[in-house]
Amino acid sequence: MKSSTGIRYWISTTNHKDIGSLYLWFSLLMFFAAGAMALVIRMELSSPGRVLVDPNFYNQMVTLHGLVMIFGAIMPALAGFANWQIPLMIGAPDMAFPRMNNFSFWLLPVGFTLMLGTLFVDGGAPNFGWTMYAPLSTTYGPPSTDYMILAIHVLGVSSILASMNIIATIINLRAPGMSYMRMPIFVWSWFITSFLLLAIMPILAGTVTMLLTDRHFGTSFFSAAGGGDPLMFQHLFWFFGHPEVYVLIMPAFGIISEVIPTFSRKPLFGARLMIYAIAAIAVLSFIVWVHHMFVTGVSVWVKIFFMFTTLLVAVPTAIKIFNWTATMYRGAITFEAPMLFSVGFLFLFTFGGLSGLMLGIVPADYQYQDTYFVVGHFHYAIVTGVYYAILAGVYYWLPKWTGRMYSQTLAAWHFWVSTIAANLTFLPMHFLGLAGMPRRIPDYAIHFADFNAVVSVGGFLFGFAQLIFVYLVVQNVWGKKGYGSVSDQVWECAKGLEWLLPSPVPHHSHDEPPLVTKASYEWD
Amino acid sequence: MSHQPATPPSYLPILASVSMLIFAIGSVGWVQGKGYGLVTLILGVCALILVCAQWFYRVVIDGQTFLANNAVFDRSLRIGVMWFIFTELMFFVGLFGVLFYIRVWALPVLSGQVGSKLMTHVLLWPDFISNWPLLQTPDQSLSQIEAIEPMGIPLLNTLILLLSGLTITISHFMVLKSQLKKSALWLAITIFLGGSFLGLQLYEYVHAVSGGLKLGSGIYGSIFYLMTGFHGLHVFIGTLVLMVMWCRMFLGHFSAKEHFGFEAAIWYWHFVDVVWLMLFVFVYWI
Repeated sequence: MKSSTGIRYWISTTNHKDIGSLYLWFSLLMFFAAGAMALVIRMELSSPGRVLVDPNFYNQMVTLHGLVMIFGAIMPALAGFANWQIPLMIGAPDMAFPRMNNFSFWLLPVGFTLMLGTLFVDGGAPNFGWTMYAPLSTTYGPPSTDYMILAIHVLGVSSILASMNIIATIINLRAPGMSYMRMPIFVWSWFITSFLLLAIMPILAGTVTMLLTDRHFGTSFFSAAGGGDPLMFQHLFWFFGHPEVYVLIMPAFGIISEVIPTFSRKPLFGARLMIYAIAAIAVLSFIVWVHHMFVTGVSVWVKIFFMFTTLLVAVPTAIKIFNWTATMYRGAITFEAPMLFSVGFLFLFTFGGLSGLMLGIVPADYQYQDTYFVVGHFHYAIVTGVYYAILAGVYYWLPKWTGRMYSQTLAAWHFWVSTIAANLTFLPMHFLGLAGMPRRIPDYAIHFADFNAVVSVGGFLFGFAQLIFVYLVVQNVWGKKGYGSVSDQVWECAKGLEWLLPSPVPHHSHDEPPLVTKASYEWD
Repeated sequence: MSHQPATPPSYLPILASVSMLIFAIGSVGWVQGKGYGLVTLILGVCALILVCAQWFYRVVIDGQTFLANNAVFDRSLRIGVMWFIFTELMFFVGLFGVLFYIRVWALPVLSGQVGSKLMTHVLLWPDFISNWPLLQTPDQSLSQIEAIEPMGIPLLNTLILLLSGLTITISHFMVLKSQLKKSALWLAITIFLGGSFLGLQLYEYVHAVSGGLKLGSGIYGSIFYLMTGFHGLHVFIGTLVLMVMWCRMFLGHFSAKEHFGFEAAIWYWHFVDVVWLMLFVFVYWI
């Protein structure tokens, strides 16, 4: 085997474990880049008036924070899990297209060179929010908008290729006996997510292409003067954008569905229903997009339709929450780090989901639209939802990957400090929003000052708490004195093919496919 | 063999990624009218083409060496190509969504025919009348332009593409009967038909531009050129792929049992065909 240290090794590797690690490290890097932007935002908002940056730069931070967190931190982290875990969990030796897999990853640094490079272009980075609404991004967009458009194209290609790879792997490379209904829930969640990505990424590509032609070739797609419609941009964007947020949450559901049974020492309650629920959420995600546009003047019947479909999403989601809770019911629960983050997820993601229901109600949304209530809502769903699930996943599978344990004490500190800080940060945002503080504005009225100070303190605390995580991971992967090696099983009650392999997982695994006789969620 | 053997490390992906970066920087430079733009763009496109050619060559070689007769890999390729075409189809679904939204909703609203009268209609453009094809924009900025006559070149192009769907099916049928020479002949006819389509499309563009219809001629010009342009690009790529398949046929790469490369090209060609039928009906005709 070649040495796994040189740059030549890493740029040419076709091994799913190497590529999974690349995805995860890249995601960590982008997480801190976008996190630093969030801290600039929080610094500016820590007290009324101008604190740190000028309003235009503030807008650039808001835009890039959103784009980089979604496309650079969360999606690559989940793709990293897909790369590491899907072949291990279905008994495949590697992904179906290993070379294309490498390409999917190495497009990401290209995309983010373009995306972050916008900060150094004359006129500054894009400053219209990650939603890129026309005409802010067409008539009034800075020159760097073009780099952002090309970056989105590159990232879209990456996502599409990765999704094709995952679909082909799951359909074709399952071990003998691994029928669809025996697949682990995490694999199912990525399977469905991949189809969603294949359906929505081309829509985004077409939409930003129209932005580009509107900007430079005189077309009128988003200009009413030429017969187009700026509102159409919002329809197109959210037709992509709403499934996109489910792309983020569904693999997170998958991770939680793996972790909770292990530490409850009970099989997953209603496993099949979990699969159906993910599928239902995926289908519904295509018919809810107008709930982002309730105040744009769409007709009242359209609003009512989309209000009902939006509230319908609560049904499959509630099934999932109920099943996780039922899995824990009368289980012999222990609170190792993955379980801490999963239980945190259960409480806090549910909280974010419930505020989503409030936002889905048309007359109420008139009040909440574009306030900090929305910011609070989706940060509960994404930070204490998706990000917590990612942390749970890392703490769950990292010992399997490296063969070493990490400090449970420090990980518990990571959890508790993060959870206190996250609530300190995102809970007051709801009150600010209900009191009328608009989002995306660098200044605010004096009576919002106290809560904003709390939010900023929470934000910085949350940011620095993540350094514990970095320390734990670095220490686990490279550290000399570890916290002991782990058994093949790692966790007492972990089920599934990956736990039958040695720890650390050898560079090539499942060369001889194992014979599967029952699903990992069917216990003896 | 129930699994495919490991793929050796490759530098093609990183080369493709770097080409993509050059291409992206070049495109931005070009649309912004920078001096380095066009040169960089051409450099990026050339680099991409070279890497793609090398990559497809590698896939062909792999298919004849360590992945030869590997049923698992064959199935992976089929799944991959199928879902790639699906994602391409979704790109056009997005564009058709734009077309229908504009025709059914945006223009009637702008002209005050549908829904409550918007301020844009009442205050800005009370004289605007919604039509399709839209030959005069709400701000009345267009001088005389001509709509494209659907029953001329577009109809001919429809017949050409339908015919090419037939000829490529005959070509496929001949491969299945191991009559490779006849297959190559029918494939050559298909390539000729594809080339004719592109030539006629180009002629139509020249004709349309001289009739005053440009990319900047309001929403009609925008939609017309973007949709038919992207479709034409796909026909162009499809024709190139068919040409490669024609060469591979002479290199003896295909047999009645093993010719997935050709089959994938046929699937792609049918996809291009179906999209055109939709274009013909909804962009040109109705």
